[in-house]
Amino acid sequence: MTAASTERPSLDARMVTFELGDRLYGVDVRAVQEVLRGQPLTRVPLAPPGLAGLINLRGQVLTAMDLCERLGLPPRPPDAPEPMVVVVRVDGESIALLVDRIGGVVDVSDDNVEAPPDPLTGPTPHLIQGAYKLEGELLLALDVERAVYLPQEVIRPGISRAEVG
Amino acid sequence: MHDTGLDDIVQEFLIESHENLDQLDRDLVALEQQPESRELLASVFRTIHTIKGTSGFLAFHKLEAVTHVGENLLARLRDGQLSLTSAITDVLLSMVDTVRELLASIEADGTEGDADVEELVVAIAAVLEGVPRTSTRPEVEVEVEVEVIEPFPAESRRTVADASIRVDVDLLDALMRLVGELVLTRNQIAREAGQAPGSELAGAAQRLNLIAGELHEGVMKTRMQPIDHLWSKLPRVVRDLGATCGKEVNLTMVGRETELDRSLLESVKDPLTHLVRNAVDHGLEAPAARVAAGKPAAGTLTLRAYHEGGQVVVEVCDDGAGIDPARIAGAAVAQGLCTRAAADAMSRADQLQLIFAPGFSTATTLTHVSGRGVGMDVVRTNIEAIGGTIEIESVLGRGTTCRLRIPLTLAIVPALTVECAGDRYAVPQVNVLELVALDADRALVEFEEVNGAPVHLLRGVPIPLVNLAEFLQIGSGRPDGQLLFAVLQAEGRRFGLVIDRVLNTEEIVVKPLSPRLKTLGTFSGATILGDGRVALILDVQSLARRALPAEPLERTGAQAAEETQEAPDRVSLLLATVGGGRRVAIPLSSVTRIEHLPATAVEVVGSREVVHYRGAILPLLRLGGDSAAPSELPSDVLSVVVYTAGARSVVIAVDEIVDIVEADAEVPGDLDVRGAILAADARFYELEDAL
Repeated sequence: MTAASTERPSLDARMVTFELGDRLYGVDVRAVQEVLRGQPLTRVPLAPPGLAGLINLRGQVLTAMDLCERLGLPPRPPDAPEPMVVVVRVDGESIALLVDRIGGVVDVSDDNVEAPPDPLTGPTPHLIQGAYKLEGELLLALDVERAVYLPQEVIRPGISRAEVG
Repeated sequence: MHDTGLDDIVQEFLIESHENLDQLDRDLVALEQQPESRELLASVFRTIHTIKGTSGFLAFHKLEAVTHVGENLLARLRDGQLSLTSAITDVLLSMVDTVRELLASIEADGTEGDADVEELVVAIAAVLEGVPRTSTRPEVEVEVEVEVIEPFPAESRRTVADASIRVDVDLLDALMRLVGELVLTRNQIAREAGQAPGSELAGAAQRLNLIAGELHEGVMKTRMQPIDHLWSKLPRVVRDLGATCGKEVNLTMVGRETELDRSLLESVKDPLTHLVRNAVDHGLEAPAARVAAGKPAAGTLTLRAYHEGGQVVVEVCDDGAGIDPARIAGAAVAQGLCTRAAADAMSRADQLQLIFAPGFSTATTLTHVSGRGVGMDVVRTNIEAIGGTIEIESVLGRGTTCRLRIPLTLAIVPALTVECAGDRYAVPQVNVLELVALDADRALVEFEEVNGAPVHLLRGVPIPLVNLAEFLQIGSGRPDGQLLFAVLQAEGRRFGLVIDRVLNTEEIVVKPLSPRLKTLGTFSGATILGDGRVALILDVQSLARRALPAEPLERTGAQAAEETQEAPDRVSLLLATVGGGRRVAIPLSSVTRIEHLPATAVEVVGSREVVHYRGAILPLLRLGGDSAAPSELPSDVLSVVVYTAGARSVVIAVDEIVDIVEADAEVPGDLDVRGAILAADARFYELEDAL
């Protein structure tokens, strides 16, 4: 058994998949609230990196996370098509994940789970719960709670330049 | 709703008691099944205890007598000194029945009726002493008595308990959120419909507008509670405090029925209690000192609440010694809150404001009442946190007034939307004093650097400027060199917030930010604008704290002194052109809004023109007479100034706002107003071109 299986009794799951860069990621379908087309994004000045901005989901203001930043992937090029949005629920709060493309829903089982190869997990291996071998590609299972966690560092805007420098 | 003329306290007591009695019935029955349950006994005890307490307070003596002995019995049971027998259950149940009857009688005619409770009291007392119950009277008679008291149900009248229901506050919050959504959607539809006047859509939008407005009001009302909920606890506080401090206090309350949002009521509780304590402890003098000063020995503390301009005003006034600004300044200097020179240079009003400085205290000794370092600064912080303001006025020897202004609700607030670096932000209107635009030439000239921070001299008063783009670390700046800033007030300080553009004033629906953004502290929430995009709401208090230097007052001594001498004789005037290029000056203190209204908002009633404005109908005044001069605005838009004097408002049509100027209070010149329409105390100055 892999190291990941010690965290969960079973890795049989149904995953919503999406692409980021050229990789396939998945989140547990139970955590997913809905999937949306690109939404106008309002940036939040002084926000920690990884926080992409705010979107309006039918009158609710959601925080949008840029997963590229979180997973250590290169930033989305400015001319890229509008990102898609996967809305997940974490601790009762709805959070929007910005992704490149939506895949589909796949059933995965313990049988084809394996430890993700190092080069694929990037600098943040703890965000990946495990990898599933699908036909011809590898599905990286994302730990949603960790992926949307923002360090609550004290941010002090308005410090004079001299102090920063 | 009811014709019995019961006052609110009794109403509430009845509702509460009815609910409690239902619970009591269930508990007593359950108690028979498990006579040893302390929990059930404690619950029953609490219920009876509550009824006893309130009935004593409301002087329902029979009710009090019955519940009093009942409570004793229950206390014995609860403490295990007696154990529950069926005889005891019987008297308890008949006690509940009697309480019910008394309550019914109170509800019917406000009195306890002529029911005789002596028998029951004796019966309970007998059980208490362990005497067998048979000795008093046969049970049958009790039954008979019950029937006599029972009010005959001649008509099916709703009882107080049936006419109202308790609703979970969360549900009300959810409703309020939905109404907020509806208001936004309505705004969007109204915008669409505005492009096709006369269409079916426009008619439907009009109806939607009405319904949404009424719904909004209705849901707001469900959340409103009279301020008396807070005040009702204060007489006791004042009494106890007066006794502790050796002062006699008469407490007067005016406007108990003034309502405000329930959540705000909670937030106002502590600041208000603090102000009341302060007034009794510091404000009022000891009786001997009062008599020596020629005042009655008992001080008067007046609480006043009223609605004004979409806000609730709460005043705490005492007729005590008043606050000596010099003493406040002295204490502030002693505590190192400002320098002696700065304090001496301040106007008396500004010295008084030092009372709000963090850490300020005048108490020389610690009492348990006040002087523990938690002072007026905390009061102000709490009030500003809910979008309110606080001001203090004091006349030496005559008394002090603290005035809180609190928004009616937190969910929907008026705000100014501005643009900075291509993003839109909302600034709560309550913080906005005025907007200033300087063209490139003046922007360069009327600028000073004080300690490295940019300062603008606004009508001679230095105002520190904070560049929003720089503060948020986003690139910006207007390429044309114009300088535009909003003068904001928070934390007792004024500053100019430099922005790129001013977009609109609108009612915004406040959405909470994700907890993960709370630590930023710069934004108090978010809102959704008419086009569906999210805009952040600036936290002006936080901005003032972080972006401004720590010195409480920026002005230099000389300037402040100069201002002190000038201030009383000068008045701010709004200059506007009216028909025929004439200029009028309107005292700025009376101007509540400057607006652009659609021409369709004007209606003719009789021989007068009126305007529908914010749910009210106000008379429209055209100072230019009939010779309407060509305006820069398209003819279907009306530029107006909303002028308020006392409780009355009038809308004045103007061609163009020219400037705001300072002038001597006694401006010579003729009053040129078509005074017949105007409220008598409205004064206008028509200034000649000299200005």
